[in-house]
Amino acid sequence: MPKGRLLPATARLLKETELEFEDYTPGTRAYRLKSAKLPHLSAKIFQEKDIPVQVAVGNYDLGICNLDWIEELLAKYPTSAVLKVADLQYGKGSLFLAASRHGDLSELKDLSTSQNSWRIATEYPNLAEYAALNLRLRKFRVFPVWGAAEAYPPENADLVLLWARDESDIKKQDLIPLKTLMSANAFLIANKDSWQTKNIGRILTYFSRALEMKDKPWLKIKAPSIKSSNNFRTYAGEEKLWLALPDGHQQQPTAELLKKAGLEPEGYSEDQLSRRPVFNMDWIKAKVIRPQDMPLQVANGNFDLAITGKDWLLDHLCRFPSSPVEELLNLRFGEVKIVAVVSQEYPATDINQLKQTQNSQALPVRVASEYTNIADKYLRDNRVSRYKIIPTWGASEAFLPEDADLLIENTQTGKTLAKHNLKIVDTILQSTACLIGNKNSFESSFKKKKIATLIKILSQAIEDN
Amino acid sequence: MISQKCKGARDLLPKDTEAFRYIEDVFSKSCLSWGYQEVRTPTLEYMHLFTAAGTLTPNMLSKVYSFLDWDGWSGERVVLRPDGTIPVARLYVENLPQNETARLFYVTNVFAFEETGKENRERWQCGVELIGSDKPASDIELMLLAVETVRQLGIGDVQIQLSHAGVLKALLDELKMNPDEEVKLLDQILDGNWQALAEAKPQNSEIGRLISLFLDLRGKNNSFLENLKSMPQIPGSIKSALNNFTEITGLLDTMNCSYQVDITSTRGFEYYTGLCFQLSAKGYKIGSGGRYDNLIPLIGGQKTPACGFALYVEPLTNLVQPKTKRKAAPAIIVRCNTTTAEALKAGFELAGELRKAGYVAELDFNGRQPGGRWIVAVTEKLMPFIVIDPIRNQKKEASSMAEVIKMVGDTA
Repeated sequence: MPKGRLLPATARLLKETELEFEDYTPGTRAYRLKSAKLPHLSAKIFQEKDIPVQVAVGNYDLGICNLDWIEELLAKYPTSAVLKVADLQYGKGSLFLAASRHGDLSELKDLSTSQNSWRIATEYPNLAEYAALNLRLRKFRVFPVWGAAEAYPPENADLVLLWARDESDIKKQDLIPLKTLMSANAFLIANKDSWQTKNIGRILTYFSRALEMKDKPWLKIKAPSIKSSNNFRTYAGEEKLWLALPDGHQQQPTAELLKKAGLEPEGYSEDQLSRRPVFNMDWIKAKVIRPQDMPLQVANGNFDLAITGKDWLLDHLCRFPSSPVEELLNLRFGEVKIVAVVSQEYPATDINQLKQTQNSQALPVRVASEYTNIADKYLRDNRVSRYKIIPTWGASEAFLPEDADLLIENTQTGKTLAKHNLKIVDTILQSTACLIGNKNSFESSFKKKKIATLIKILSQAIEDN
Repeated sequence: MISQKCKGARDLLPKDTEAFRYIEDVFSKSCLSWGYQEVRTPTLEYMHLFTAAGTLTPNMLSKVYSFLDWDGWSGERVVLRPDGTIPVARLYVENLPQNETARLFYVTNVFAFEETGKENRERWQCGVELIGSDKPASDIELMLLAVETVRQLGIGDVQIQLSHAGVLKALLDELKMNPDEEVKLLDQILDGNWQALAEAKPQNSEIGRLISLFLDLRGKNNSFLENLKSMPQIPGSIKSALNNFTEITGLLDTMNCSYQVDITSTRGFEYYTGLCFQLSAKGYKIGSGGRYDNLIPLIGGQKTPACGFALYVEPLTNLVQPKTKRKAAPAIIVRCNTTTAEALKAGFELAGELRKAGYVAELDFNGRQPGGRWIVAVTEKLMPFIVIDPIRNQKKEASSMAEVIKMVGDTA
């Protein structure tokens, strides 16, 4: 069952089916749920994006998620064992290929007439590649992002592939829809083998009964609308310094630090987030994107500087060892540890014991992590001979112990981990927020000077803390 | 034991490798004798080389092995070469003097994902490219070279099927579809679904008749095409493509080279512009080729006509007769199952002398090595060597290396 956007309507639907799961409410901290009605029916809460994968590999018989994530899986792995069982009709929207209203693209035809290498920012890299091939783009690059794809065009991407409720939502974000790839609502999906071998009909009956009702209250629950604005600004021709600022958890401490440094950017507060905040220093040009995406975007030269975590910098450097991105300043806030975690019951207290335990079972270690590249390197460096990385999109604690053996995860105090009956077997990194930069930016004497100024201002603010 | 081999991958065992090498040797000898030069291209290429419009269909591109390199933060993907011709065209554009005819050949592996994992995802092919000539005689040269190579491999009864991408494209144009529909139809055709063309309803019924004549009938010689050409109201574009087609078939008729005209024999490649041919023998498709005059400008070169073909190694391996495979010299086993350094030294020296005399000499350190026309044992005493003939069940002594060579030579 999905977290996030689809949760309210899904919970309402389940209520109508009378399958009702008690703790399945917005803001829930539980992961494992039991049906109040059917004692043998249990469920787990995942990020929506993880659900088709979990159902396809057979960890779950049934799942609920939006069609876009199912198609994203099928675009790359067409033989995945996922069956689309029923259109649940809520979460209505479509996947759009769009360009900025302020760029050079205004219709699909413009794509085929140019020799450009088109940059596509998207949370759906597989579908983006599929679309690009079918549009016969001569040259293209896909930037997979964790979020905020709409903020990339026109400067940092030419195209964006994103989900929206309708065209007007796309236009509100200063984008032009070029093509609608597909409509995508919530779906009930099943694992193919479960469908062929298990009797899941009884549960499906509950859904069918609800779906055949005349009055469908779950369809009336509105999905939250877009909170951030994406106001494009043109800048005078002089040279600027590009800075990426984080959204999410790191936004508030970053805003505080900037305030202390006397750099209070307009449009970077929690109640009023602009994807393009304005600094009182006119040589800074800023954008708000996900911290996970920053190292890659700095490496590409889309930004000179970014405020992100050391964890995401390390993850990037594990994947691209010769990347020009480096840490310029430790910002000290956002302290977390990146740890290796197993279930309390798992018979190992360190990585070597885990290796031996797993070797004796002759099965690959299943490793769930948001930090796929750190996880990969950690297991390689520890000479674990057989392992599988399961990329996750957050809420990774839910994976242990059923769907993974080992977790590479961040934690502040370890309390949440302990609460979910997990134990730490190794600490990989002490992470804090940091300012990162692209080595190549220093080749410009303007940028070199301005970066030094900014580092000085920020260092002062940290010292004053 | 559970196999640890990658799905869709294949091991070549000694007998497979022997057949492989034999095919490669025959192919390379014939190419060299026709004045072709061998080249090799890297396994990794940039993805955009293959996405360039009009080279591979989206369906084929979706089966390409592509990934980001360790320095791929720009998002530029690299691929395991999915095709042999495009990299060679790139090699030509980047390295060879333009405006000169280049005759190139290569033996290469190409990679494409195959869903069941039962077919090979890595395939080998023997390829030839003739770059810089637009003469129909060049198309003929390639067909003759391909057929000659296959015959030299000892495979008889090779059939040639001819098609023509120019005629096909002209036909599609005459359907007057909107560009989206036309691209979609072309994709279906290139992926092998000819039914889609038969189902397309042209406004002009003459074109419809022409399409069904092409799809339903198989021509055995030039007259078939001449007949098509003389049909009433054939549009000019189709006629000029047919002219090129009949010029080639006419030449083949003169050379008594038999073939079948089958427009549906083209498969897979968007880059063909003119004649396409496919070779088959005993039910196997063993090779294909064609003319691709637009490919080189598409990947950034000057306007250069070109054509080429590839023979598929896997089906050929099944057709090659064992007797025609490579013959090895008679093997001699030098048995050296003692531990003294002196004896080992003598063993290695003796094996060296035997090799110089033209034999295959294989060392045996545990006395259990099977096979070998002769066995020569080196003992701790060093001399004499004991020469064993396992066939005649005889044992003789030789007091020097020269005597060993003489003994095996006398009765070989």
